[in-house]
Amino acid sequence: MIAETGHFALILALGIAIIQMVLPLYGSRRDDPQLMAVAVPAAQAQFLLVALAFVALMTAYVTSDFSILNVYENSSSAKPLLYKISGVWGNHEGSMVLWVLILALFGAGVATYGRNLPRSLQANVLSVQGAIGVAFLLFIITTSNPFVRLDPAPFEGQGFNPVLQDPALAIHPPFLYAGYVGFSMAFSFAIAALIDGRIDAAWARWVRPWTLAAWMCLTIGIALGSWWAYYELGWGGFWFWDPVENASFMPWLSGTALLHSALVMEKRDALKIWTILLAIITFSLSLVGTFLVRSGVLTSVHAFAVDPARGVFILGIMAVFIGGALALFAWRAPLLRQGGIFAPISREGALVFNNLILVTACAAVFVGTLYPLALESVSNEKISVGPPFFNYTFVPLVLPLLLAVPLGPFLAWKRGDLYAVAQRLMVAAVIALAAIVIVFAIQGRGPWLAPLGIGLGVWLIAGAASELAYRAKLFQASAAETWRRFIHLPRSSFGTALAHAGVGLSVIGIVATTAWRTEDITAMKPGETTEIAGYRLVFDGVSERAGPNYDEQLASFHVFRGDSEITELHPTKRQFTIEGSATTEAAIYNAWGGDLYAVLGDPLENGAYSVRVYFNPLVRLIWIGAVVMFLGGGLSLFDRRLRVGAPKRAAAAQGRLADAK
Amino acid sequence: MTRKQRRSVLIGGCMAVLAVAVGLVLFALSDSIVFFYSPSEVMAKELAPGQRFRLGGLVEDGSVERNRGTTVKFVITDKAKDLPVTYTGVLPDLFREGQGVVAEGMLGPDGVFQADKVLAKHDENYMPPEVAAKLKEQGLWEGPEQVSRETEPSKVN
Repeated sequence: MIAETGHFALILALGIAIIQMVLPLYGSRRDDPQLMAVAVPAAQAQFLLVALAFVALMTAYVTSDFSILNVYENSSSAKPLLYKISGVWGNHEGSMVLWVLILALFGAGVATYGRNLPRSLQANVLSVQGAIGVAFLLFIITTSNPFVRLDPAPFEGQGFNPVLQDPALAIHPPFLYAGYVGFSMAFSFAIAALIDGRIDAAWARWVRPWTLAAWMCLTIGIALGSWWAYYELGWGGFWFWDPVENASFMPWLSGTALLHSALVMEKRDALKIWTILLAIITFSLSLVGTFLVRSGVLTSVHAFAVDPARGVFILGIMAVFIGGALALFAWRAPLLRQGGIFAPISREGALVFNNLILVTACAAVFVGTLYPLALESVSNEKISVGPPFFNYTFVPLVLPLLLAVPLGPFLAWKRGDLYAVAQRLMVAAVIALAAIVIVFAIQGRGPWLAPLGIGLGVWLIAGAASELAYRAKLFQASAAETWRRFIHLPRSSFGTALAHAGVGLSVIGIVATTAWRTEDITAMKPGETTEIAGYRLVFDGVSERAGPNYDEQLASFHVFRGDSEITELHPTKRQFTIEGSATTEAAIYNAWGGDLYAVLGDPLENGAYSVRVYFNPLVRLIWIGAVVMFLGGGLSLFDRRLRVGAPKRAAAAQGRLADAK
Repeated sequence: MTRKQRRSVLIGGCMAVLAVAVGLVLFALSDSIVFFYSPSEVMAKELAPGQRFRLGGLVEDGSVERNRGTTVKFVITDKAKDLPVTYTGVLPDLFREGQGVVAEGMLGPDGVFQADKVLAKHDENYMPPEVAAKLKEQGLWEGPEQVSRETEPSKVN
């Protein structure tokens, strides 16, 4: 009964989405306010219906209803509750329902909180959102129905891929999808602007919070995925340039570019056509990512779909939306009036540089990700494009951008003075140079590029701090005056500084762990010791233990530094009885200055085990940096200026604010 | 600066960055891609020693030897030709005899494939798609689909 309710709700949602797609658009063409007004309740109803379907599916998972094929294939009654819940989106069908749920949530958000948008803009935006909803609901209902029944119902399910039974991976897909799908808002706004043939600074002000929220979710989603790969896959690496990772990284890169170009549009009324194009590209890359992961063209950790019908369907969706959007762009973009002249050395110029590099780097990742697929489909030759490709292309392309990041916020709009900026960044430059010299002196025989990389990270952080210090007139005014200025800086200034500093932290983490990680693979018998990075590990042997839905071999290591014991490490190997597969759980000790990382390998002859130990210096900074970027985005999101609606009403709203004070 | 000059600076800058990017991509593609071969293809091709490639197939039953510390020897087969492989390190969780595997490395002078990376995936029935394709070509495919369909209850709806 619950499953049928969910199935029915999905079909109703499709009907509502068709109404939401057609009537408001027709109404805005005819200038009929009643037809346009249909968009708001339609978007809200669509969200409620998809939410009902989602809850139905979740209920089936939580109650282990194996009469539903999807639950039978991806769950078991012994599974802990958290993974019963995350099992809903740990498979193809359920994850598509989550995708549409988030899409409908964003649509309902615009419907509910977008009452001060120009009416035809809101109608067109919701109409485009409706169209995306139609496409994906149709996809779910025709090719990926999660509510298919089984008869007779089996007694027990087949279980859930054990590597996915992990807290970080339980919440990774919702964040990632919120990011992917969140960019649909920017897309819908762009298409709506093209339909209207009109776009202004208010448009950018409307798009920016949605884009920012999507970008924050994507940042956290990518970081969670990387963190999971680090401790779960047992290789101690944090990024593999795997196509599935690239699928989420490409929209992140172009979404980052979009955030910055929308800033130019909001403040200076320039770069309109480019911003529209970037909004289309960013969501297109989200669709490409969905296609790569969901169609099964890649076989990788995440790719569980094997049905070609699905791939063709998503390819069709992509052709319609990307092709249609670009055609509309080619037709209507010349109507948009360009404004805002600026010199090459200016804030706008810096943001154009940011966009140029990010989009080029994104294109390089795109080529590396899709070239093997293209080659295979035309020549049947099978190749893999691994990390070296991306190290040769992506890394040199983004280096100039990272160097330039601290300069940007110091440059004035329209025409900047590079010499004055250089003076203000003098302290940051001295700190970065000092970091390079110190690291070079203490690293001994490490790679010579490493100190420069650390210096780059320090430059980013010090540069971000300099901007705040300059604005607060640190050491230029009295301490009280500086403090007063500091606490009254707009939140978006803190947001920018935090986000840029977060990039610096991640850079330091990546450089340090890449350059100085140490690795030791040995065969150990109980009682033997191995040493790594000044730590001594004594192997105590392996014992058996039973978990909720697995059996495990638990190894014990006592870790000493000098003569004192500092911790115990327990890497394990788990055999999942229902799923019939095994996982390796690394043991990680967060030591000062890095992670001590131990993995238990296979049993060898005469009681020995193969054991792998790593020391990953400063590796946690990579994810801490991502969290700092997220916080920076959050501060900007709550900046007062972004909360004000369309500028026509901005004056009134500010007036009310003033009255309230 | 006139409008025209500003525009030429902008276009020139874009062109320069794009040119650098295209150069880097072409260089990297010529230098860092890795081809995928089955044992039969390795035998058929005259591969230059030291050329990196990925070798895919099944781990031959009864071929895994672990005698010298953490170095493992095994044989990868595509049911037509076999190739011996050595690898030092911890094998992935699902590395098993009779299962699909992909090893990356190069051929040694003794004709043994020296792997520095071994990939086996997280599914009991996983087979690298390339291996599945090869087995299908040779008519040896006994895929998991057929097996599971027999044991699965019938679908309704």
